[in-house]
Amino acid sequence: MKRSLLFIPANSPAMLQNADIFGADALIFDFEDAIHPLEKDAARDLLTHYLDRFKLNDMELIVRINDKTTPYYVDDLKRVVSLPVDTIMLPKTRYEDLIELDTLLHKLEKQSKREHPLSIIPIIEKAISLFEVEKIASHHRVTGLLLGGEDLATDLEVERSQEGTEILLARQMVIYASKAYQKDAIDTPFTDVSDQEGLIKDAMFAKSLGMTAKACIHPIQIDTIHDIFSPSEKQIAYAKRVLHAEQEANDKGLGVFSVDGKMIDKPIIERAKQVLKRVKP
Amino acid sequence: MNMIKNSLGRLVPDDMIPFQGADQIIKKNKRQLIDEIIVGGGNKPVETDMSSLFDKLNIQDGMTLSFHHHLRNGDAVLNMVLAEIKKRKLKNLTLAPSAIFPVHEPMVPLIKNGSITTIYTNYVNGPVAQAIEQGFLKGMLVMDTHGGRPRAIESGELKIDVAFIATPACDRYGHGNGVEGPSQCGTLGYAIPDLLYAKQKVLVTDHLVDRVKKIDLDGRYVHMICHIPSIGNPEGIQSGTTKPTRDPIQLRIAKNTAQLISELGYIKKGFRFQTGAGGTSLAVAQDIKHIMKEKKIVGAFASGGITNFLVSMHEEGLFEKLYDVQCFDLEAIKSYGKNKNHLMMSASEYGNPYAKPIVNDLDVVVLGATEIDLDFHVNVTTDSFGHLIGGSGGHADTAYGAKLTVITTNLMKSRLSMIKEHVTTITTPGETVDVLVTERGIAINPRRQDLIDKLKHSKLPIMKMEDLLKIAYDFTGVPKPMTQEGRLIGVVRYRDGSIIDSLYQIKGV
Amino acid sequence: MPYASAGTLSSNDCLITVEPADSLVITIESIVFDAFGDQIERVIQDVCKQLKIKKMKVLVQDKGALDYTIKARLITAIHRLEGKV
Repeated sequence: MKRSLLFIPANSPAMLQNADIFGADALIFDFEDAIHPLEKDAARDLLTHYLDRFKLNDMELIVRINDKTTPYYVDDLKRVVSLPVDTIMLPKTRYEDLIELDTLLHKLEKQSKREHPLSIIPIIEKAISLFEVEKIASHHRVTGLLLGGEDLATDLEVERSQEGTEILLARQMVIYASKAYQKDAIDTPFTDVSDQEGLIKDAMFAKSLGMTAKACIHPIQIDTIHDIFSPSEKQIAYAKRVLHAEQEANDKGLGVFSVDGKMIDKPIIERAKQVLKRVKP
Repeated sequence: MNMIKNSLGRLVPDDMIPFQGADQIIKKNKRQLIDEIIVGGGNKPVETDMSSLFDKLNIQDGMTLSFHHHLRNGDAVLNMVLAEIKKRKLKNLTLAPSAIFPVHEPMVPLIKNGSITTIYTNYVNGPVAQAIEQGFLKGMLVMDTHGGRPRAIESGELKIDVAFIATPACDRYGHGNGVEGPSQCGTLGYAIPDLLYAKQKVLVTDHLVDRVKKIDLDGRYVHMICHIPSIGNPEGIQSGTTKPTRDPIQLRIAKNTAQLISELGYIKKGFRFQTGAGGTSLAVAQDIKHIMKEKKIVGAFASGGITNFLVSMHEEGLFEKLYDVQCFDLEAIKSYGKNKNHLMMSASEYGNPYAKPIVNDLDVVVLGATEIDLDFHVNVTTDSFGHLIGGSGGHADTAYGAKLTVITTNLMKSRLSMIKEHVTTITTPGETVDVLVTERGIAINPRRQDLIDKLKHSKLPIMKMEDLLKIAYDFTGVPKPMTQEGRLIGVVRYRDGSIIDSLYQIKGV
Repeated sequence: MPYASAGTLSSNDCLITVEPADSLVITIESIVFDAFGDQIERVIQDVCKQLKIKKMKVLVQDKGALDYTIKARLITAIHRLEGKV
């Protein structure tokens, strides 16, 4: 149950080798907007050798690749499939892009003999994508949706505002689609790094609508986001009961068990473990 | 020159007292005091240029001239004296400025030509540091601490012939302060020992008035006044507004530092705190302010070099008093001018080991380092290549006095681990250093079992210094050891006057 | 004479420039030369060995890059050179 996702430009050694100290729940290694067109190859190589050398535990590793309209898409994919990462973040996702990516990944993963298939977090940042967001969220590879507020505002030809009224509908549609399929609803980053008060307001608003996480563009935002998106007392109590019931069932040699009348299967146990991992210290 | 080993295994000249431990000499010896040089009341003679001043003072070859550094990188006084020394072709002078900055570049040719042969200072960086580390000083560089310099002066060990005391505002009786006039700099803590004990004292001012509003320098000690158009550049005097760092790694270090201090139970009523003026130090102060406000804690005092941030904490009622040995920015200067509990302390009151100094009352001090080693010895004098980059300042003094001494530094800077097996130069001995906080881990000095016990259940990443070094080496690789081969160019004096380490000419010159 | 480079002169990075040559010639300029010059050379040699490259001129301008960065920048530079030759 991740709360924070930190963007790291993949071509910056200083940022890569310090990425793990900030306590983010997930890292998004960026091949896209943070990398100059002439340095896309360098970014791939740098990330490859960084991950080869350093093992990052306890964090979801995501790569934001270039979208399929760019000449970098296929090379990005071929490389990512061979990396010890968990998830691909796909910019400007349309449903048909998702299907195409899924097919391509299926082929590449088979060739590379990857142990675990890659998940996908589509970025919803085009007006048209909002009309497909439910189908996108339903896809089996998709583990969450990221709202790309800045690009979406550009698509709408409006300015971004602190209150965010212009992206309210988009936020809500991403949340509804995510909730419908129990995927993560990840809010767009707050771009004014020096405005802590603004960040708090924005993140609290996003949470109140139903977002479960927020992307960060600077490590200084992480602690605030953790404060706001950490599980509630109720969620923590429930998680503890699930794990307690699991332990009891194991002791008694029972394969199935229930909590509050609901049968508990593996995903719920996993989620309970994740919730407790994310509890505020 | 023969060298012997001191108690830390460092080679020091055999004609000087070797370091024997932070306490040893202070506990065994009584305070030595020469007579203060008192001139008396009445109007003081006023000169209006350096040349007539030098004539009146009868400045000769081989004399010792002293200066304070309250005008920092905006100082014009030392350079004016240097210009006159150059004109007169004086030789073999000893200079004792309490600190040397890049603005003092005119000292370099005078070092090279033998006009200046010995320097006593607490801090040096810039072109003068480069000239000294390249071996141009024919005599020795003696680096004291902010508390050790007054000890040396009051005991007669450092005999000053003329003290040139830059004074922002001065009256005909020789009374002076640093809060009036166009070149205001705030408190004048470092000037006091020179004022009391130098053979001849000159106040150099650009603002001569009938009566000063505040007497921080007592005219009874003053021989004469030198009134000139400008003693310094305000832009260089004040560091602008010193702000907390925005660097995410420094912020992480600062956060862990504040949390550590809080978990150890030091942030409570009557809290006594000091930290530096750098970005990380201010970020720590910011986090501590947060905690104090939340818990509604009122501290007894904050001390040292005072910045706008500490002033705001004082004005918001978080610290009852500020003990100020120097002002770093305009807000601090203004506060000293108007807040009655913002008090000046002389360098002696600040850190002189024989004067029951304020440092001994500190609960917590947060300091930086260029290097720290497995014995917790800290280097703030040189970098890993042997370049002179600063000096103790108040580092060794506060580390000794504070109940908790915390060092903050990045674990690595550009492939170099800040933790070493042995620091290049020891400025502050490990027995006075308690904790190291880096972005990847916290190490506690094994001497402090009490701290280790208190933090047993802490979620902070606490580990042994050896393990933290291993983490660094895992990133950087194990470096080839760097050797110091150059000739002896100076010494690092501990606050008790003993030699804690030596300084050597850098390679490749 | 074609040549290619990769990396930057920013802190913690290195700029590596490669061009064809008659033998393997490695030149290293580093802010931490005394401490890590040998190590940097070893990394370059290892990569060249792995890629079976025996004839190349390599210039490393290093600002404190860790081994993985040196490796990556060299590999990128070599691929860029192959694209030009």
